[in-house]
Amino acid sequence: MAIDYKNLSDRELIYGQKSCPGCGATIAVRLALKILGERTFVCLPACCVSATTNVYPETSFFVNNVVTAFPATGSTLAGMAAAAEMQGLEDVVILGVAGDGGTADIGLQALSGLCERNDNVIYLCYDNEAYMNTGIQRSSSTPWGAWTTTSPVGGTAKGETKIRKNLFDIIAAHRVPYCATASTSYPRDFMEKIAKAKNIRGARFIHIQAPCPTGWGYPAEKTIEYGRLAVESGLWYLAEYENGEVKLNLHPPKFKPVEFYLKGQHRFRHLTEEDYKVIEDQRDQEWALLEKKIKS
Amino acid sequence: MKSGTKPGLNRDYRLPASEGEMIFGTGDVTGNLTAVNSGWRTFRPVIDGGKCVRCLLCWVYCPDGVIGKEEKDLTVDYDYCKGCGICAHECPRAAISMVREVS
Ligand SMILES: Cc1ncc(C[n+]2csc(CCOP(=O)(O)OP(=O)(O)O)c2C)c(N)n1
Ligand code: SF4
Ligand code: SF4
Ligand code: SF4
Ligand SMILES: [Mg+2]
Repeated sequence: MAIDYKNLSDRELIYGQKSCPGCGATIAVRLALKILGERTFVCLPACCVSATTNVYPETSFFVNNVVTAFPATGSTLAGMAAAAEMQGLEDVVILGVAGDGGTADIGLQALSGLCERNDNVIYLCYDNEAYMNTGIQRSSSTPWGAWTTTSPVGGTAKGETKIRKNLFDIIAAHRVPYCATASTSYPRDFMEKIAKAKNIRGARFIHIQAPCPTGWGYPAEKTIEYGRLAVESGLWYLAEYENGEVKLNLHPPKFKPVEFYLKGQHRFRHLTEEDYKVIEDQRDQEWALLEKKIKS
Repeated sequence: MKSGTKPGLNRDYRLPASEGEMIFGTGDVTGNLTAVNSGWRTFRPVIDGGKCVRCLLCWVYCPDGVIGKEEKDLTVDYDYCKGCGICAHECPRAAISMVREVS
């Protein structure tokens, strides 16, 4: 479905929430709801989005939503999908919105079960690359070298030491009907993916990189700029898995040097030229793997 | 000016006087805004309608969804704009300036 901003609704289904200025996660949810519409039932675990939309007595979602336990997004969604089916609700979308910690770490088992059963839901993981809501702790989606309070810098410590999990591969390995990555800096691509997912039955998963000025340490106005640089430097890719095939939505003709992306962010400011080289090597290995999977 | 399509502050909201009046989850209410966010802002975006070409990039990127596109010129809901500056930073025509708020 081609997206024309002109024709999208001016109504907002998430509004007034207390997320930080320039929050990428908020962009992801706002745009997803623009496509999915009012008949969406949202399930959220503990994360920035649930914490900033439910500040009693304020509720910033204008659609029905439930906040569940941190590990339980997948299982709560499965229950919601079953309830919708039992009640014969044909026109509703069951949407999970969870952070990277809630998805790649603590919620992974429930999500895996959901994918295995092919429950009829859309699961949107917004990735701000750490546990932000609790004050910037590393997750298994935190990139190599990034400072967080639990991947410190100083002495011999140089930030995160492990290579992040590839959630896209993990979910695609469940052979779900639809799985994609996206970026808040490529809203048209993202909304097309949401629109596509809306018209598919079964477990659909979208993993969107959502830059976070507070946790990454950059000025709020640069959220879109950094998301774009991540894609242009090959540190994040836009891909889809469907019918057993992997497709790349955008292939930068030549990667921008990673330092353009890394340099202005507080979490990477301790990195040296050698570290940039390490990150470029990791990137090239990741792309070599990806390219093997793409049908030529 | 604010576009009519955007939600607004619930001016009728009163804190519950008893347990029975308390909101319990979204089964009772969704979309209940009891405070504005305008106080978060140091700079406010001002859109120059003369320079704007209506590409709607600011509209799509604004995290808070406060830019309205229903009027001839784009509108900003200053009750809920947090002054992040994304709109001004991304505008390809430099049609948005960030102007310091006066207290
Ligand atoms: C079982 C359990 N452990 C820990 C917490 C505390 N907690 C709440 S949100 C959160 C971090 C969430 O990180 P992520 O899923 O990445 O979302 P983000 O905050 O970054 O949006 C943690 C550790 C909790 N609520 N429940
Ligand atoms: S910490 Fe990051 S993800 Fe969380 S509300 Fe703030 S900007 Fe958004
Ligand atoms: S980004 Fe600039 S040119 Fe485009 S619609 Fe907004 S103000 Fe107008
Ligand atoms: S300053 Fe931020 S919140 Fe305000 S209109 Fe611009 S993008 Fe939206
Ligand atoms: Mg996170």
